[in-house]
Amino acid sequence: MNIKEKIKTIIVDKPLKLDCGQTISKFPLAYETYGSLNENKDNAILVFHALTGDQFVTGLNPVTNKDGWWSFAVGPNKSIDTNKYFVICSNVLGGCMGSFGPSHENPETKKIYGTDFPVITINDMVNAQINLLDHFGIKKLFSVVGGSMGGMQVLQFVSNFPNKTKTAVPIACTSSHSAQNIALNELGRQAITADHNWMNGNYTSKNTVPDKGLAVARMAAHITYLSKKGLQEKFGRKLQERDDLKFGFDADFQIESYLRYQGSVFVDRFDANSYLYITRAMDYFDLLKQFNGNLSNAFKNTKSKFFVISFTSDWLYPTSENKDIVIALNAIGADVGFVEIESDKGHDSFLLDVPDFLKAFKNFLDQAYNE
Amino acid sequence: MKSEYKIITDIIKENTRVLDVGCNDGTLMEFLKINKNVDIRGIEISKEKVQICIAKGLTVIEGNAEVDLKQFPNDSFDYVILGQTLQAFINPEIVIRELLRVGKKTIITIPNFGHWKVRLNLLIKGTMPVTKSLPNNWYNTPNIHMCTIKDFVKFSKTIDFKIFKSLALINKDVSNINNSNLFFKNLFAELGIFLIEK
Repeated sequence: MNIKEKIKTIIVDKPLKLDCGQTISKFPLAYETYGSLNENKDNAILVFHALTGDQFVTGLNPVTNKDGWWSFAVGPNKSIDTNKYFVICSNVLGGCMGSFGPSHENPETKKIYGTDFPVITINDMVNAQINLLDHFGIKKLFSVVGGSMGGMQVLQFVSNFPNKTKTAVPIACTSSHSAQNIALNELGRQAITADHNWMNGNYTSKNTVPDKGLAVARMAAHITYLSKKGLQEKFGRKLQERDDLKFGFDADFQIESYLRYQGSVFVDRFDANSYLYITRAMDYFDLLKQFNGNLSNAFKNTKSKFFVISFTSDWLYPTSENKDIVIALNAIGADVGFVEIESDKGHDSFLLDVPDFLKAFKNFLDQAYNE
Repeated sequence: MKSEYKIITDIIKENTRVLDVGCNDGTLMEFLKINKNVDIRGIEISKEKVQICIAKGLTVIEGNAEVDLKQFPNDSFDYVILGQTLQAFINPEIVIRELLRVGKKTIITIPNFGHWKVRLNLLIKGTMPVTKSLPNNWYNTPNIHMCTIKDFVKFSKTIDFKIFKSLALINKDVSNINNSNLFFKNLFAELGIFLIEK
């Protein structure tokens, strides 16, 4: 079975006007589902993935043959209990797991889009994904959930479609990408575009891959997903398969070896141009600006019940930025709960086995479902 | 059910919007939700307690009332409840002003430091009182701003808020506090319960 057969896709017929001004239509949106939709069609949860995620939320990812990115949180009896809920997740617009993205062929030129692909925003992503509700005949979701960029999509979704979900769980995210966030993304993009093999984005037609640049981008980003304490406890100054320093530039330290490994496995599964496009979408995300400096207005038409979650050691999307969302919601009397989870695992906490997080997440969903 | 909670529940009208500041494990919130059908929110500083509230399906924000009441607009709740926590704040005056701003009405309960046992403890032993309701020592108590019922009544004049109801809890019995019995209530009540407005 080749990769394409493992990926479910809908073709979105309806034209979608993108924030950049271009209009796309008849574009593919790849998705996966878990659990089953009940008769009333009121048990569906739309999961939004983060920067390097995809639609394969849990179980074995058939393309990478690794566990899905949210296997700790999604599955039978887990936080998102697939015995109870119908989980839908789609690969974002601009992604590289089957949805319309820069690695697709431009039907007009018969060439790979590369950097001719239109710049995508978080708003475009959710406007594309709303089509999945029609596809499944779902009038109202039970919940929209996601961490990091997934959380941004949660916020944008509720803002765009205030009556389309009963609950919303933005996790470890922000309503407006900070200068530090943009700076870190730019570092990654520069690493990619500085790779000679990037070829102005036309690497596919030249039968090459900017794997060095993409690996460096991933290594830099990976550090931002962890905390100083977490790194120190896991790696410290431990040496990699050697008894002493080698006085050279090989990976003497375990942390070096670990990062190199993370970089190398990433390039096998991710497209460099998609990385450029998706990080750009995150940088452009500014819900505050969309609503003229008043974030509350983004949510003023919604009756959805919110639950915001942050992590103590997340310095990429710190508690203060998550709290800004809570504050904006409270300012309009919205129904919002909030908890900051104690964890040394940094921004990545939402993807890992952090029992307090998984417990709070499950309890919120299960209680709200019974209401 | 604690007598205190029963008294608070009696004060609160049905179908109103309520904020429980320092909501603990959500016991009062649940009770009010069931008995008065209120739209109720909580703020709680302890992560463990917030987890308990979430498991009960209550809408609770982890936060510190001293800084986090700011986010609520004026008069955004019909009632704001502050149960036995005023004494734990660094600046109780600011907290009271915030409660009065956020709530149309505020219910405050105060462990009475004027109770005769407390007074006797200090008089006889000459050490800071340690009682059943105030079990900590002076050096590790979270209760840094203890006051008496009389102090609170005086305070209402200092920062200008109106007391609409003042109740004393003495051995699970509730009674009204007024000017003429203030001396005795201040001596015998374990808890003072006040309904106040700005």
